[in-house]
Amino acid sequence: MSERTGFAGWWDRARAVAMLPLISIVLALVFGAVLLIVSSPLINGWDPLLPFTAYRALAEGAFGSVNGLVNTLVNASPLVLAGLAVGIGFKGGLFNIGAQGQFLAGALCATIVAIALNSASPLVAIPLSILAGMVGGLAWGFIPGALKAFTGAHEVVTTIMLNFVAIQLVSWVISGALRGTGPAVTFARTDPIVAASLPIVVGRSGHLGLLLAALAVPIAWWLLFRSTTGFEIRTVGANPDAARYAGMHPRWITILTMSLCGLLAGLAGATEVLGEVRYMPASYGTTVGFDAIAVALLGRAHPVGILFAGLLFGAMQAGAGLMQSQAEVPVQMVGVLQAVILFFLAAEIIVRRTLRIRTAGTGVSSELQTVSRSYGEQASR
Amino acid sequence: MLEMRGITKRYPGVLANDGIDLQVREGEIHALLGENGAGKSTLMNILYGLAVPDAGEILIDGKSVEIASPHDAIQRGISMVHQHFMLVPVLSVAENILLGEEPMAGPVFVDRAASHRRIRELGDRFGWQIDPDKPVGSLSVGWQQRVEILKALYRNARLLVLDEPTAVLTPQETTEIFGVLRKLRTEGYAIIFISHKLYEVLEVADTITVIRRGKVVGSRNPKETNEEDLAELMVGREVELTVDRGESKPEQPMLSVANLTVRDDRGNEVVHDVSFEVRAGEIFGIAGVAGNGQDELVEAITGLRHASSGTVRLGDRDVTHASPRELHRLGLAFVPGDRHRFGMVLSFPVTDNLVLNDYYHAPYASGLRRNDEAIAAYAKEAIEKYDVRTPSADVPAGTLSGGNQQKVVVAREFEGELKALVLDQPTRGLDVGSIEFIHRQAIARRDTGVATLLVSAELDEVLEMSDRIGVMFRGRLVAVLDGRTADKEDVGLLMATGGREGGVQPQTLEEAS
Repeated sequence: MSERTGFAGWWDRARAVAMLPLISIVLALVFGAVLLIVSSPLINGWDPLLPFTAYRALAEGAFGSVNGLVNTLVNASPLVLAGLAVGIGFKGGLFNIGAQGQFLAGALCATIVAIALNSASPLVAIPLSILAGMVGGLAWGFIPGALKAFTGAHEVVTTIMLNFVAIQLVSWVISGALRGTGPAVTFARTDPIVAASLPIVVGRSGHLGLLLAALAVPIAWWLLFRSTTGFEIRTVGANPDAARYAGMHPRWITILTMSLCGLLAGLAGATEVLGEVRYMPASYGTTVGFDAIAVALLGRAHPVGILFAGLLFGAMQAGAGLMQSQAEVPVQMVGVLQAVILFFLAAEIIVRRTLRIRTAGTGVSSELQTVSRSYGEQASR
Repeated sequence: MLEMRGITKRYPGVLANDGIDLQVREGEIHALLGENGAGKSTLMNILYGLAVPDAGEILIDGKSVEIASPHDAIQRGISMVHQHFMLVPVLSVAENILLGEEPMAGPVFVDRAASHRRIRELGDRFGWQIDPDKPVGSLSVGWQQRVEILKALYRNARLLVLDEPTAVLTPQETTEIFGVLRKLRTEGYAIIFISHKLYEVLEVADTITVIRRGKVVGSRNPKETNEEDLAELMVGREVELTVDRGESKPEQPMLSVANLTVRDDRGNEVVHDVSFEVRAGEIFGIAGVAGNGQDELVEAITGLRHASSGTVRLGDRDVTHASPRELHRLGLAFVPGDRHRFGMVLSFPVTDNLVLNDYYHAPYASGLRRNDEAIAAYAKEAIEKYDVRTPSADVPAGTLSGGNQQKVVVAREFEGELKALVLDQPTRGLDVGSIEFIHRQAIARRDTGVATLLVSAELDEVLEMSDRIGVMFRGRLVAVLDGRTADKEDVGLLMATGGREGGVQPQTLEEAS
């Protein structure tokens, strides 16, 4: 076998894992370019160079200035946190579609504490609010975890339902008990968060949440690959029968994994509402929890991959505005690109055939297997 | 009718086929014998158009042909019955056989009447009562294999390749499939039969070609050879097919099972009131046709299944309801029968699999932190000691051959302070060299005073290894015999009938122990 060891072997494996996502990104950009050229008559007349203008504006908006860069980071950090929430689920054999609900539960709990402590010292309000967000998310992850472990209820079904519950819960609490009374409140939302609002650490809008997201990546990596708990999570994910044989407790691990996922998504919600929005609306129009699924798949459920995938999606969102104003390409183009990346990622056979990749590289099949694993399967064997 | 000349195929780092010549005549059963990884499958994949050779040519009826795909192969009358059947379980027998070759009545509809008639005709030739409308998933493995063979014949195959056809069959089904092969031979079909079971190829083949490390190392006429000769050719050195297990020095009872009753997943009682003792320093073998409650018995002993009544004792402790981890800590090791389901995580590196049940304590972990250096050091040692052939300790365990995978499991379970050892089908599907190695290790462990329980569907293995033999029949332990004097015929009869039809008077439990 031509297997190399040590650093070289690590590099071979990293390349094999990263190849498919990278190719998917390139193919999506090519597809987007074709789409832009074909649709250019609708914008400013026939323009075969439109892709270059648009992509340049997109890159400039994301990386061309300090503010652009900070914007990229601000957009990326909730995606990274929620992406980890989905990715760790994949490692544990769970398809967590509930990051959205866990995000909202975290945001709501953080808000409740933040509003209650609005006149307290930030030194007290900030940590307590963040903690509340993590606990809220954890609870929202614990429920489907426990349901799966003890009744076999599939997490895809329960987490989707809990997403709706979270939306309604936020709407009920915010338009009722927590509805703001101050002069700034013109629609159903809370008063501004003052004491618990996260300090800006970089640029115009780079809040403390960026650091938390940056910290979460190495912690998640260590937990998954260097700790005994992570070993248990990965073993249960890869082969629950072998886990039981080896003396692990798949039920408890399942609950732990889902709770951990919820905690991370809840943290994302907390930092977003405390650091970026700084109040909580009754109808929170975010898609972070769903984009996180794409981020986790693109990042191959690996914390480092998720970091890069989150940065990519964050950059695209940060640059979209400039793309629209400079190239007159609607910001929705970014959503199209994200969707097409995911399409090529899932359709790996098409990618392999067209590029004649034979052996090198590993597919996303293990993640997708988690996605498509049969609903009737008993989790609590 | 088939000739392969100088077939060479190189994969990165391995020469899988190295100038292989093979000739198969019409009306011949040609056995291809070799250890796992010797190059049999590569050669057959080339013949079936699944791999392209780097050199060499294939001649059919004396004409050189190029086989670029399975489609080409089928066109030229070559058909393959894979070890893992290529059938659609929810489709009927007829639909599976016709798939892609449907006789049409008009442009849209399949001619069901004509297709059923043809399938019945085919079945009648072998005296098989085949219901073409039955879903394939409801058939036994033996019948599924027949459907595969019918599929090949329906496509007018003249050369059938069977890849380890007996690996999944019961002894009776094996005898029946051999009957089918002989019948096909008399009708002039050519058959290539891939196997690593020596007695099978001696029984059924007309010519035996042995492959080792990608080369043909010899051809034999089964009438002029024996198992020892073939094993030596296959492995490249002298192999002891029967292990000399020596004298056992049994001491006090170590693993005691008393009145154990166990239910299966559906709630049926499949182990009834089973009692036996395994003494320190002896191997107690349990023989029985697969599916007579052995799996559930082993699972109950090893903590993977709840016993509904009865007790299991390890030394002087009651461990009836102990968890796998407790049992492991108390010194009960377990080599599971299904190593892919229970024994290992195929996607994990060899290192992780070597500490699968010891990962959580020192020296492999301190607190929550895994100690990767200690794990790597232990892995290096275990790989050497147990002769695991792997390019590195970091490759996924799934990339190793079956024999080496099992050596990983054995290395993990045999190490450490043991009181008792449960071996469930420890050599299923392995090549001769690995079987010999594992048997030796088990006997070495016995001789250090470990109480060993061996459960195997291979009667020969039980007879060879066991100091005492228990026979299971329909969930009951129907006899316990002395391993030194037990006779194969007698045990076989007990396995088949439970001893009720006379012939053998089994000893009572007290007499044997």
